[in-house]
Amino acid sequence: MSLADSVLAGDLLALARLLTEVENSSPASRTALDELFPHAGKAHLIGVTGATGTGKSSLVNQLTLKFRKPDTGDPRRVAIVAVDPSSPFTGGAVLGDRVRMRDLAGDRGVFIRSMASRGSLGGLAQATAAMVQVFDAAGFDLILIETVGAGQSEVDIARVAHTTLVVEAPGLGDDIQAIKAGILEIADILVVNKADHPGVEKTEHALKTMLSMAHPVDKVFLQHGQAATRAGQADGAKVWVPPIRRTIATDGTGVADLVAAIDQHARHLHQTGDWLRRERARLEVELETLISETLNSRFRAVVSDEVYTEVVDRLVQRRLSPGEAVEALLNRKF
Amino acid sequence: MNDRKIRVLVAKPGLDGHDRGAKVIARALRDAGMEVIYTGLRQTPEMIAEAALQEDVDVVGLSILSGAHMTLVPRVLELLKANGQADVKIYLGGIIPDEDVPKLKALGVAGVYGPGAPSEAIINDIRTVIHGRD
Repeated sequence: MSLADSVLAGDLLALARLLTEVENSSPASRTALDELFPHAGKAHLIGVTGATGTGKSSLVNQLTLKFRKPDTGDPRRVAIVAVDPSSPFTGGAVLGDRVRMRDLAGDRGVFIRSMASRGSLGGLAQATAAMVQVFDAAGFDLILIETVGAGQSEVDIARVAHTTLVVEAPGLGDDIQAIKAGILEIADILVVNKADHPGVEKTEHALKTMLSMAHPVDKVFLQHGQAATRAGQADGAKVWVPPIRRTIATDGTGVADLVAAIDQHARHLHQTGDWLRRERARLEVELETLISETLNSRFRAVVSDEVYTEVVDRLVQRRLSPGEAVEALLNRKF
Repeated sequence: MNDRKIRVLVAKPGLDGHDRGAKVIARALRDAGMEVIYTGLRQTPEMIAEAALQEDVDVVGLSILSGAHMTLVPRVLELLKANGQADVKIYLGGIIPDEDVPKLKALGVAGVYGPGAPSEAIINDIRTVIHGRD
């Protein structure tokens, strides 16, 4: 039985081992991902992002408790991918998100996996999307993706998730922060956590003002300044205005309302056709990334280390510009 | 992969609330380039085994200061084995009487470290064992 078959059969150890292979992008993981691909595409992918210390992990803990014990309907299986930063110097990491998720221990319908960012700067790790795909194929209904503590431009999560929650907390910044571009723009739902702390009205007011000024824009993701993928509203479709929800993640206040908003967003995406559009955009980005990686590794396979080093030497001596170097290397003028 | 990351679960089973040692070790292993999953205080053996499985770790580091190691450690080992993770290496730190060390090693604990053990020694032991296994 292949690793992928074991994962599909519900073997949790095989799942954990495959996630490691995927994280290390081993050759075995490529094969397994190919086998799993037709089985994925059913789960609701939910991103949870926001600044350090806003309570993302605690909120993920409470959301999962609610998904597992809903007021109505059946409990859903939940996978959690929690990303924390790697040290830029040693490559090591302390992944501490499980500390806030101890309430979920012992529930076989929940699978938590911690992940180091390994040098990626967009708030996720390079392998996060592939790991999510494994969970999706393994039959988890909901996949919660918690980013590293994100400041302003860590917006990769919006390319991966169907629904993005941006978590804010009182006392983190004035209202000019709320009109800057970046992380607030990607929110499908805004969460004001720590709603028992002073300043909650002010934070909520700043967010409301930001939303009232917002013009519904077509969400076309820009990559390196160029329009990459169209992932927004269809023309004339009902516009989704991000709702604001107050929560206290330490005791679960407001979490039922937040779950309702998440489910409502999923229904909205299905009704407007945005679900499929986002799915298409996501797969397109994935394809492009894979093409770049593959072309790059094929290119490196035909250029010897000596030639490469020599070109870098010439760059350092300013005898060759980076542009000329690329031309020369690609046309094998060495 | 030539530089496969060593993944370590650092857990604090039992009822005492002193987690400074566990945090110091987590930080030292991080600085040695390892990925450390830190789970915090008052973990049961069941919670530790579940986390070790989901995180697919190579090493479990336990910090026990309460004197309950002869109860907690065999239980963790038993659960790891039942989950198919007999190859995971267990290291133990804390207040462990000398006479218990041979017993723990006989059970399958890879290393036991008392107060003042240099973190370099622990890091080297882990690297030697894990890279030797691969």
